[in-house]
Amino acid sequence: MSAPLIEIRDISVGFTGKSGATLPVLRNIDLTVKAGESIGIVGESGSGKSTLALAAMGYLKRGLRLLEGSVAFQGQDMFARTRTELEKIRGGELALIPQNSGQSLTPTLRIGAQLIEALRLHSDVPQAEFSAKAIELLGQVRLPDPAAIMTRFPHELSGGQQQRAAIAMALAGEPTALLLDEPTTGLDVTTQAHILELLRDIARNRDMAMVYVSHDLGAIARVCDRVVVMYAGEVVLDGSTRQVLKAPVHPYARGLLASIPRLSDPRLPVALDGRPPAPGGAGQGCSFVDRCALAQEQCRSRRPVLERLPSGESVRCFRHEHAEDLSLTGSGAIPAKLDSDAVPALRLDDVAIRYNRPRLLDKLLGRDSASVATVDGIEITVAKGETLGLVGESGSGKSTILKAVAGLLPPSDGRITVAGGEALAPEVEQRSPDHLRRIQLIFQNPDDSLNPRQTIAQILEQPLKLYFGLSGDALHQRSAEILERVRLGAHYLDRLPSQLSGGEKQRVAIARAFAADPDLVLCDEVTSALDVSVQAAVLDLLNDLKSTQGTTYVFVSHDLAVVRALSDRVAVLYQGRLCELGPSADVYATPSHPYTEVLLGAVLEPDPDTAPTLSADDVVELSPPVRGCPFQRRCPRKIGPICDTDAPPWRYRADGHGIRCHHTIEDLETVQRKDVAERCA
Amino acid sequence: MTLAANPPRNTPWSRTISVLRDVMSRPSGAIGLFLVAFHVVLAIVSPWIVPHDYKAMNSAMMLTGPDAAHWLGTDHLGRDVFSRVLLGGREALLVTGIATPIAVTWGGFGGILFGLIGGRVDEVLMRVVDAFLSLPWILKMLVLIVTFGTGIEVLIPTLAFFYGIPVIRIARAATHDVVARDFVSAARARGHSRLTIIRRELLPNVLDTLMVEGAMRWSWMLLAFSSLSFLGFGVSPPTPDWGLMIADARGFMSFAPWGVLGPVIALSSLIIGINLTADALAKALGIDRAQKAPV
Repeated sequence: MSAPLIEIRDISVGFTGKSGATLPVLRNIDLTVKAGESIGIVGESGSGKSTLALAAMGYLKRGLRLLEGSVAFQGQDMFARTRTELEKIRGGELALIPQNSGQSLTPTLRIGAQLIEALRLHSDVPQAEFSAKAIELLGQVRLPDPAAIMTRFPHELSGGQQQRAAIAMALAGEPTALLLDEPTTGLDVTTQAHILELLRDIARNRDMAMVYVSHDLGAIARVCDRVVVMYAGEVVLDGSTRQVLKAPVHPYARGLLASIPRLSDPRLPVALDGRPPAPGGAGQGCSFVDRCALAQEQCRSRRPVLERLPSGESVRCFRHEHAEDLSLTGSGAIPAKLDSDAVPALRLDDVAIRYNRPRLLDKLLGRDSASVATVDGIEITVAKGETLGLVGESGSGKSTILKAVAGLLPPSDGRITVAGGEALAPEVEQRSPDHLRRIQLIFQNPDDSLNPRQTIAQILEQPLKLYFGLSGDALHQRSAEILERVRLGAHYLDRLPSQLSGGEKQRVAIARAFAADPDLVLCDEVTSALDVSVQAAVLDLLNDLKSTQGTTYVFVSHDLAVVRALSDRVAVLYQGRLCELGPSADVYATPSHPYTEVLLGAVLEPDPDTAPTLSADDVVELSPPVRGCPFQRRCPRKIGPICDTDAPPWRYRADGHGIRCHHTIEDLETVQRKDVAERCA
Repeated sequence: MTLAANPPRNTPWSRTISVLRDVMSRPSGAIGLFLVAFHVVLAIVSPWIVPHDYKAMNSAMMLTGPDAAHWLGTDHLGRDVFSRVLLGGREALLVTGIATPIAVTWGGFGGILFGLIGGRVDEVLMRVVDAFLSLPWILKMLVLIVTFGTGIEVLIPTLAFFYGIPVIRIARAATHDVVARDFVSAARARGHSRLTIIRRELLPNVLDTLMVEGAMRWSWMLLAFSSLSFLGFGVSPPTPDWGLMIADARGFMSFAPWGVLGPVIALSSLIIGINLTADALAKALGIDRAQKAPV
């Protein structure tokens, strides 16, 4: 057995709170990483996973202190080393790949110059070979045309390319261990899948150890041999990826897994209620006790130790033998289906949206400067009480369409009508109060959509005053009632958004939308800024409100599994054009549009037995092609020149499921089924 | 992140009080606030506490040095410098104390409006502002003062007008940051009027910046007022004023420095006090550019 590469022994890290007490962020953590091993650290925000990864480099964020324990890298104490020694190791033997490389690359230096600097500082490569080596590294991270990338500035690369460049920089020092802090969060699904495959291959080929920090169990399942689950600054479960993801023996890990929506399961995921204790807030018992279904008296009075089981995993739970009683799959409700002849609540008629206005000079000269529309030919009808999911990668125009419906971005062509066939004025300023009230919008990030200077009462009273003219007691009573409906109490009214957790804030945003008693609620990535366990609760709430209020939703998300859990019908968008539209069960099954196929193939399930299929490049296209099919440049099933020149026709199946492709439905079905069969064999 | 089970109630005053407490807890804030308060109180009570009549001339005691009767000596007309220094800030504080809030209010409102409207109107108006700012301030002000005369009734609107213009820039920039946020889009999508959006969504978020900006403008305005007096366009003699006193005494600086030193120390301590307060306020509100404090 080889000596451990990174050895973290019983470390505790904390900060001094306002009251002067020391509040722990990490509590008694032991972790060893052997050479060539890849370990995933999972947990929700605030669980201390990033702090732990950074501590492995001998680094603590400002304000944090090492309370006890030691961290050794290659046998030497990291916290005892001098600054110069650490500088030598960090970026050399031990490299970090941060979440957002767009922010960690120097914006004013070309990629080549940054790579060469990394080579100069951390490698033995002779100066004359810097350029050649840099190009070789860029090639290894599978960047197209490495020599050209050398001369680019970071902002000229897409998010995925920036992340690849950051990986190349980390590899420059021939590291023996890579620390990755949420390296694919914020990237598109296809890009994420490609980057993960790259990391997997690199780690295998170089026999490099990886510590992969993520909240995304799907990503962890793909790259890690071992998984460490963290909760409230503690390791609660540590085992092989298979053990942790297939049959976790800790109740928190089970709850976490159950809260993840799956592509393969149309049911709503199960929410994990409550929230983790704040630093220093865990009592003398188990830190998970307040949310645990298995909690008993002993769990409150004593803190469990990390116990090693005969099967190899370590668990911090008194009642781990009973963990299997907890369900792992979504026992949540299946969203109610609705009758097909319902009246339309929203209709988009050949809607096109352009961001760039005609330029003044072109206007004066009478030139036609109209560029390709960002969103074009959108033809969708949403029935009353239905949930329509809009999916696509970033830049697919899904949020743009929502903005047009909300009146924040007037469409350049087409008509938007609501129930009763009334046309909506393109701009919000021209809409009638009734139209305004009937359409409400919920945004992605509640930190941005709630005014930080208003109390919850002030936030909720805005729609109530505006649409219903409520005041005084009636206003207060109604606000309290609405808060109850989103499962928050009236005691929240006095609080400011900063005094709420992320999930609570999003509930307030939902409450504000429902305060208007709307017919149509537009949800723009409403769960993507939330932790999975919180996401499940918000999805459940939305589904609940829909069934009690009969609300119609247009639900935008990049997460196909989330869309599946909530939607009756799904529209798939690429480059602002519809590719596929149909009942969600049909869209998620074969046959599907080649783009849908690529998207579905790239989804990572939290299951070590599944692998993504990467059938298209993760190229990021900045504008749609002028002619032909929008997906022509990346399509794995491209027929030929016809795709470049002619717009593909809609091809319908009997059940109102349409695919916009030059292939016939039958062709797609045959070829896709054959592929699946081949993969299985 | 750390949340108490029952967070403190958020009354309209709770934030003001906690910000004030924060300002006071910083050395710069404590010293600054003390200096400002000292000068304001002095300006109010000075007519009753001055040891001598500020306009009593004494040809027998011209430019005498400090002694027990005249702590800061006498000026070239034999008037008591100490009494005149005590009284010399009254006009300046009165004029700038009224002009500063006016400047911040109109400049702030203009800036928020430009920031909200955006687009071409905003661009064109901002270039006008730029053009205006490119002229030396003293030139613009002198034109107005020469046309309309000196007196308080001219100085207050003049200073308020000219010092409101740079506030437009600051308020506009702060508004641009806020306008891009989703809660403003949400208010627009609900169909609130522009005025409601300014009042409920934008103003509360821009107010912090405006407060700090107001404090900075106040100190610059004080300097401008004193400069005008120095040049003979501000306060008319025999009313005591620091700028005027420095102008009068500068000819005798080599052998009677007390005539200059008294008003200079008084003026500088006030301006330093205001600047220190503004600095502490910016840090307390978390809008300090050098060291971004968590809000």
